[in-house]
Amino acid sequence: MSATDTQDPNRRDFLYIATGMAAVVGAGAVAWPFIDQMRPDASTLALASVEVDVASLTPGMSLIVKWRGKPVVVRNRTEQEMKDGEAVNLAELKDPIARNANLPADAPATDANRTTPGKEAWMVMVQVCTHLGCIPLGQEGEFGGWFCPCHGSVYDTAGRIRQGPAPENMAVPVFKFISDTKILIG
Amino acid sequence: MSEGHSTYTPKTGIERWFDARMPLPRMVYDSFIAYPVPRNLNYAWTFGGILAIMLVSQILTGIVLAMHYTADTTLAFDSVEKIMRDVNSGWLLRYLHSNGASFFFVAVYIHIFRGLYYGSYKAPRELLWILGCIIYLLMMATGFMGYVLPWGQMSFWGATVITGFFSAIPLVGNWIQELLLGGFAVDNPTLNRFFALHYLLPFMIAGVVVLHVWALHVVGQSNPTGIEVKSKTDTVAFTPYATIKDAFGMIVFLFVFAYFVFYLPNYLGHPDNYTIADPLKTPAHIVPEWYFLPFYAILRAITFNIGPINSKLGGVLCMFGAIVMLFLVPWLDTSKVRSAVYRPWYKLFFWLFVADAVLLGWLGSQPAEGSYVFMAQMATLFYFVFFLVALPVLGLIETPRRLPNSITEAVLEKNKGGGHHPAGATAAPETKG
Repeated sequence: MSATDTQDPNRRDFLYIATGMAAVVGAGAVAWPFIDQMRPDASTLALASVEVDVASLTPGMSLIVKWRGKPVVVRNRTEQEMKDGEAVNLAELKDPIARNANLPADAPATDANRTTPGKEAWMVMVQVCTHLGCIPLGQEGEFGGWFCPCHGSVYDTAGRIRQGPAPENMAVPVFKFISDTKILIG
Repeated sequence: MSEGHSTYTPKTGIERWFDARMPLPRMVYDSFIAYPVPRNLNYAWTFGGILAIMLVSQILTGIVLAMHYTADTTLAFDSVEKIMRDVNSGWLLRYLHSNGASFFFVAVYIHIFRGLYYGSYKAPRELLWILGCIIYLLMMATGFMGYVLPWGQMSFWGATVITGFFSAIPLVGNWIQELLLGGFAVDNPTLNRFFALHYLLPFMIAGVVVLHVWALHVVGQSNPTGIEVKSKTDTVAFTPYATIKDAFGMIVFLFVFAYFVFYLPNYLGHPDNYTIADPLKTPAHIVPEWYFLPFYAILRAITFNIGPINSKLGGVLCMFGAIVMLFLVPWLDTSKVRSAVYRPWYKLFFWLFVADAVLLGWLGSQPAEGSYVFMAQMATLFYFVFFLVALPVLGLIETPRRLPNSITEAVLEKNKGGGHHPAGATAAPETKG
């Protein structure tokens, strides 16, 4: 058999393809650390939970804590705010999902599902607009909840998106009451 | 106009020595001295040269600023203030750099509108145009990252909003956003990588500029009539004709630039950026740098869901789509005539488009509420109508005016003062606009 005797696919085709594949895998293996280094590093991931003392919050008061570089609002809602939140017809909501990390992913966005059982007065929420990440202003806007000054998104008293470009309700992070006056976020 | 042969003849011994080993003097002679340019180029054609010196100026001032700047969230803001107060001539270098970015964009916008008006993107200059669009994209990325470095309130919140665009992408959006930020919010890792990239990108721009000029020298310059060069009488030598005209254009441009640097250094900036970044407080009113305002207005105009696309993704798609339109222009325009000088309807739509772009820019600086939102929606609609409807349709239905047979004929006709033509009809076609 001479060198020019070609039967397709021959051994040379196989070698070409195998070499090409090895080069692609090698290039990928070299590229990955360069991409991987851009992801959040260990020290950033370490700031995963924070404890908050909320004893001083009477109804109508809020405080903001920084969690993972973002502001989390803890609000002791007034009776009126809770009533307004409960009165909302779910069909009117732009985002009908609770977005509560403590509940299943498809829980409906009722007022109760935005809070935690037995502590319905307390809103604990990442106060970051789901549009492009601005910090909405508290107790402003048409629904008495939050209003984002950047692009005009309006949230209600349970932090649900009601008007404007934001697509989702503001996120409720993983949290729990570790005593009557202490909350653990994250 | 690449004529395929060189007219360079080395005169001295050293020139002959170089020419036999690495013919750099020949390349310079052929590209910037003997290179033939259309004889009817107007001042709109000087902006390529102006952009080149702005790029050099930005790189020079940027490198020396980097010698005094500290890319750390706790130090960045103060290091910029130190440049302003303590570093010798630091205030001048920083104002040259920050206003230089604005004037770089002033020049690039005139350059782009020049291309749109005179149909400079048409065959065989599509690739030249696309390379220009890539430079423009790189400029936007560089400008955006540079604005983050002083670590003021607008730096921080601009970065938050713009990286937020990526979170609109379904499924992988949040992962990409965290990859860009190096965390869950804009913070020290973000500042560090933006500084590194802000230093890198201008050199990438310089690389694409080389390709842009290379492509230009293969196909030759367009000109106000849009007619290709046909004979030697249509052209003049680059030096001295274009060199002197470019130099004069640069001087006038730099006068205006210097006026801003010395008398209005903060006019194009935002006072909130002299407040140190606060991750817990959004300024009442976030606006990007002026040169992004039209796109920002388009982003905010989409307040409604479009079928399965929510308003956030829709806004981001429209904003990027607005830039994609530029890339598609060579194929969207169906007209066989290049220059708007001979296209009465296109000329009208071109100026409406300019007005629309300015209107969008103004709307981008206003709060997103009330009638501004509706106006921004209408202006966004017209922006896309111009590219997707006006450009393809006008080329098919418009009756262009009579084209001169050559550049020389157009120039001579003009010099006769339009004698045998009806007053004003084709009196000065190559300088209109």
